[in-house]
Amino acid sequence: MTSPLEQKKIRITGPSVVTANRTWDGAVVYRTAKRGWSTELADSAVVSTSDDARALLAEATADDVGAVGPYIAPVELKDGGKVKPGNLREHIRAKGVTIDLQVPA
Amino acid sequence: MYAYDELDRTLINERVSEFRDQVKRRLSGELTEDEFKILRLQNGVYLQLHAYMFRVAIPYGTLSSKQLRRLAHVARRYDRGYGHFTTRQNIQFNWIKLAELPDALADLAEVGIHAMQTSGNNMRNVTSDQWAGVAPGEIEDPRIWSELIRQHTTLHPEFSFLPRKFKIAITAAEHDRAAIKIHDIGLRLHKNADGETGFEVLVGGGLGRTPFIAKTIKPFVPGRDILSYIEAILRVYNQYGRRDNIYKARIKILVHELGIEKFAKEVEEEWKAMGDVGLTLDHTAIEEVRSRFSYPAYEKLPHMPDELKQAAHDKLFERWRKNSVSAHKVQGYSIVTLSLKPVGGPPGDATAEQMDAVADLADKYSFGEIRVGHEQNLALPHVAKRDLAQLFKALDRLGLATPNVNLVTDIIACPGLDYCSLANARSIPIAQELTRRFANHDTADLIGRLHINISGCINACGHHHVGHIGILGVEKNGEEFYQITIGGRADENAQMGTLIGPAVPYAEVADVIEDIVEAYLALRDRPEELFVDTVKRLGVEPFRERVYATR
Repeated sequence: MTSPLEQKKIRITGPSVVTANRTWDGAVVYRTAKRGWSTELADSAVVSTSDDARALLAEATADDVGAVGPYIAPVELKDGGKVKPGNLREHIRAKGVTIDLQVPA
Repeated sequence: MYAYDELDRTLINERVSEFRDQVKRRLSGELTEDEFKILRLQNGVYLQLHAYMFRVAIPYGTLSSKQLRRLAHVARRYDRGYGHFTTRQNIQFNWIKLAELPDALADLAEVGIHAMQTSGNNMRNVTSDQWAGVAPGEIEDPRIWSELIRQHTTLHPEFSFLPRKFKIAITAAEHDRAAIKIHDIGLRLHKNADGETGFEVLVGGGLGRTPFIAKTIKPFVPGRDILSYIEAILRVYNQYGRRDNIYKARIKILVHELGIEKFAKEVEEEWKAMGDVGLTLDHTAIEEVRSRFSYPAYEKLPHMPDELKQAAHDKLFERWRKNSVSAHKVQGYSIVTLSLKPVGGPPGDATAEQMDAVADLADKYSFGEIRVGHEQNLALPHVAKRDLAQLFKALDRLGLATPNVNLVTDIIACPGLDYCSLANARSIPIAQELTRRFANHDTADLIGRLHINISGCINACGHHHVGHIGILGVEKNGEEFYQITIGGRADENAQMGTLIGPAVPYAEVADVIEDIVEAYLALRDRPEELFVDTVKRLGVEPFRERVYATR
């Protein structure tokens, strides 16, 4: 759960994606294989080597208008190729806060 | 309340227009994120996990009912229907869209609210005692001085690009509710032997990864000289403060490295060398600001009205009154704290409906005024005692009458990993579980005053270092762990807590806190001995033994 703001070197040890926040509304987005952004993790381009991750991040970073603060995030590949967040931080970004938002009345 | 003049209104409106243009240029690609970031930060806009976060200033914690309704409107119109009151008299909205931010700012500007000085490396929102102007025994209303400093520092070029953020807090009461000793500059208003009003000036406090308690560099600075003296401090900071390392850039590091005597000497020399730079506050200038604060036309009321005597038979009311109602400087009136810490709720959160309802209650019972404290609760500062029972019923219906102010469930917590891009671990679910564990109000009363503070990372927005019990979230091999400190306090006797042992996993935190509280109940020498005093008397060892003996 190390903050990606401290992500200095690009070295991945497992399947990864590039994620960011959409510029106009801040929504969590994932870089797709079609050089675009999607709010669905399932649409993300999954890379498994450091070179591919570096290239995907460079391409995402170039789209400064579309999304803000891209970084590489770990994912898990489940049976059937389903993509799941690789840590709690990414789980929260993908699924939302872990708390009940309603202040009890 | 403080009435903004034409200059204030113009400044805020111009700022909105400027930011609207900046956002437009960012969205069109004319500005890169690198170029835009400092501009958005100067308008209270961060980028968090899920969205942009918008932090709005509530100068010295004072709001009118009209302003609170407008905050509710922003929560409802531009966000997800709620806001989060912070530990520095701000409110944060967690789901705001950048494209709509200029409209939100414009709506707030109509009622004199802005987001200046809420982020970035500048002079931040000057905070004060949420009971300012109504606390018995107060030297004078500290908000007058907060406002003078706010006016002087807002957009001041010398204070807009500091080595790091810079925070000032002011108190004028014997009991420090503004936590001045954990601020870059803490100001304690008092009178000298000649009866002159001035400030004890403390410098170098702060939490984060290198926590320090502020130290006094001058016991008395006359009120008329406070702006020039602050400027002298800032000049020394600007001259010597480090800009090469973000972790060493706060003034507390400079004070620590120079030593308090050397730092004080540097400031004194700078202050004298500055000479008359037009910053001396003459009587007219001070009175001009003072005159812009309006105070209620209090009625002459009995100390103990019949309505209050009758209501005292209601046990639930009495429990709430003893916990949440405090003495007012005017006979027949009370200060009422509204707990934003319901059992199972996120600390400091309020829904738009609650904000609207509190605004209505403020109009009905508190001359239209609301206060915000750093403990993440609200207050109605001018409630007639005859109205307390009616107010209690209304607050209870809103979920705002939890009788837990200053008790174990009155937890201060940062947003943590559920929202914050810097966090390593969650804060809010820990707080929620603790409020459930200690939900029984009889048990909480038995325990007495006990402040739990939770931070989701070392940046310490939950002020964990100065909690009677402090909980700090850390990451270990991708898992959430929590370090526990005890014995901290944020008041006039402020001190850092002491770590009791190795960090414990997420699932064990509530059990550990229960163990600590049970140990305290067994160890205190009388019911009146507060938790923090028992820790002071016995040290951390008995608590450490209790927590780790079976773990």
